[in-house]
Amino acid sequence: MSTVAVFGNPNAGKTTVFNCLTGLSQKVANYPGVTVEKKEGFVKTDSGTIRLLDLPGTYSLAAFSPDEMVAVDVLLGRQAGVPLPDLILHVIDASNLERNLYLYSQLAETGIPVIIALNMTDVAQKRGREVDPEKLSNALRCPVIPIQAHKGVGIDGLVQSLKKFTQENASDTLRPGICQLPQGVEEGVGNLREEFAHTYKAQQKHELERFELLRALIDQGGQTSQRLNSILGDSFTSKLRELRASLEQDEPLAAQEAAVRYHWIHQQVELAKIPQTETTKKKTSSEFIDNILTHNFFGILIFLLIMLVVFQSIFAWAGPLMDLIDSGTGAVQELVASWLPEGQLQSLIVDGVIAGVGGVVIFLPQILILFLLLGLLEDCGYMARAAYLMDNIMRKCGLSGKSFIPMLSGFACAIPGVMAARVVENRRDRLATILVTPLMSCSARLPVYILLTQTFIPNHEYLGGWLNLQGIVYFCMYILGIVVAIAMAFLLKKTLLKGPRPTFVLELPGYKWPAIRTVGFRLLDRGKAFLVRAGTLILAISIVVWGLSYYPRSDSIAQQFEQQRVRAQNAGLLEDVLEERLEEISLEEKGAQLDQSYFGRMGKTVEPVFMPLGWDWKISMSAIASFPAREVIVATLGIIYNLGDEVDEENEALREKLKSATWEESKEPVYNIPVALSIMVFFALCCQCGATLATIKRETNSWFWTVFTFVYMTGLAYVAAFITYQVGMMI
Amino acid sequence: MNSQPEPKQKTCTLDCLQPGDCANVSHCEGSGSTFQRLCEMGFVKGAPLRVVRHALFGDPLVVEIQNYHLSLRKAEARMVNVNF
Repeated sequence: MSTVAVFGNPNAGKTTVFNCLTGLSQKVANYPGVTVEKKEGFVKTDSGTIRLLDLPGTYSLAAFSPDEMVAVDVLLGRQAGVPLPDLILHVIDASNLERNLYLYSQLAETGIPVIIALNMTDVAQKRGREVDPEKLSNALRCPVIPIQAHKGVGIDGLVQSLKKFTQENASDTLRPGICQLPQGVEEGVGNLREEFAHTYKAQQKHELERFELLRALIDQGGQTSQRLNSILGDSFTSKLRELRASLEQDEPLAAQEAAVRYHWIHQQVELAKIPQTETTKKKTSSEFIDNILTHNFFGILIFLLIMLVVFQSIFAWAGPLMDLIDSGTGAVQELVASWLPEGQLQSLIVDGVIAGVGGVVIFLPQILILFLLLGLLEDCGYMARAAYLMDNIMRKCGLSGKSFIPMLSGFACAIPGVMAARVVENRRDRLATILVTPLMSCSARLPVYILLTQTFIPNHEYLGGWLNLQGIVYFCMYILGIVVAIAMAFLLKKTLLKGPRPTFVLELPGYKWPAIRTVGFRLLDRGKAFLVRAGTLILAISIVVWGLSYYPRSDSIAQQFEQQRVRAQNAGLLEDVLEERLEEISLEEKGAQLDQSYFGRMGKTVEPVFMPLGWDWKISMSAIASFPAREVIVATLGIIYNLGDEVDEENEALREKLKSATWEESKEPVYNIPVALSIMVFFALCCQCGATLATIKRETNSWFWTVFTFVYMTGLAYVAAFITYQVGMMI
Repeated sequence: MNSQPEPKQKTCTLDCLQPGDCANVSHCEGSGSTFQRLCEMGFVKGAPLRVVRHALFGDPLVVEIQNYHLSLRKAEARMVNVNF
């Protein structure tokens, strides 16, 4: 099977092209030791299957981090598990040809044949920057296929070209024109290669390539020079330094390289340009939109409005779907309960499995809506503007505007947020971003907020109904997360992650209509990941929580309640009154059994720890059970407060139970406003998400930072909840 | 610029330009990955550029270079010398 490596600048539409070509046949894995996703897909043609390898978007092959080195290693055929590509498919944004061709001029030198997918030709035409694909092809001596990936135009032609150039021996027919680097550079690299090829070959499986020597020479302090220095030793290091010094008399080599390449690019583009009839340069629509969206006043105003709409729609649109899932869960529970005989198995399936998983799946609509909206904003090019607008504020806490996007995604779910931190190049800044992103109030915290505010916060209205106290409390919880995150980032950057100010060089791509396909794929991916999580981790916790609260069964309690039942039946009550009474008895029995279950015993042991926060053992145990996944608390409280199945945050019965719960000795109510706030604050700040920790471990590749995140968040949560309760009780 | 009779040509760094100003890149100063990134993004000798806007408090700024828009901070803009 032939392998085609797909390259392109960020924002060139590479992902859209990849999705168009491969459809659902994608496989995502990780390259070892780095945070780069290894994304593969397959294209079926009438003469066989082609493997497509999607590489991360890049502006250049100069690699300064292990992540950037992945692309270089793929091109050298040295990435474990990836064969040397037979062909490079370079996706180019036609409306931004010059800068996109910079990467091309480097790719063409690797010796692997290249074909160009000239994307967004319609945008280029609108902007008066149209080129003739055929002339461009002649100038570059490389096939150029014009496409409009977001409309699906030209994809068939692209598939035909892929087929053609992977079938025949493409390296014989495709000899791309390459840009001549300064004479001294080529000579110097040639000499180095001659001198060290033998030493290199003696240690490595591969030949020493011209391409890696060139990168080592130009990218001072880059990955390639570090690697070659460690393989070839001091004599190479000093030779390389000598050569660099002799070539850098006028200008640094990096500047020379860029100047020569851009000069060459302008020559080629000049050959392919379609002369424009209109000579006056009109303002592009992108620039017009930007005048408003990045305006120093209106831009920020619109940004805040967009955020408001995003959060509003999560609440407004998700409601009906959530009700549907909720009643679906209830119906399944009833159905299963009617099939299975009463007892352990029924309780396990109904109270443990269905209630636990159903209680989590209910958030799927919210998560999908948030991802849809954030995906649309990203795909149309707005996210870069948001980063630009927020850079000022983010700089104050030692980060850059780029860290803002991951933190924003954290409002949906910390996992994609932590992964989105990859856009931050600097390792220290990326770490700081990853460590504070889980503080953003994710959608799983929502049910806790909803349950507690609607139960305990009075629904006072202000400003003629425009504001109400419950809404203000929600808002405060979100603000709390943001404020703590900013403070924490500031602290981290001052102490553990001290370093130079981050750089901020960010392309503002032209606005475009979002590609439904791209957004759809991402949505599908996230939805699947979420359901898998609900079906594995959360299922497992639900079963454990159920088991701990169900066992051991006390026979004496069972007998005691059996006697009550018999008494009730013999009391000659009316049928519906009797039914109600029996129901009550069985709920009380559940409560009594819970009291002496493992769960209850553990709760009473840990109660002193949480006493200063105003919590009783039931809250304490629910909070502890929620450490693997915080949304578990609603289901757990439901089980504990004798309601068994079918509980969610809207449940009236649960709310009533919470309101009437009392301390065992004093008979004072357990819950009051300070307690409710203390629980909410704890949940706002605590790191109760196993999956986030697993993601942090993968992204930072360090146990230290994973444990650090858990410890600092949990510590903060405890202290903040303590202060909330103590201050609350004084007022 | 020194001995040539070109009194009109002035030099400054990119962060000194105002929104709407046009200029040509003279050279970039500095070293390391940020310097190289600026070169690769198109700040090469002679390249025309235009300052599109400044954000609040003048930082970061948006520059049109090589026919696209790039946002960068004053600190990075200070590495770019321009003629106008």
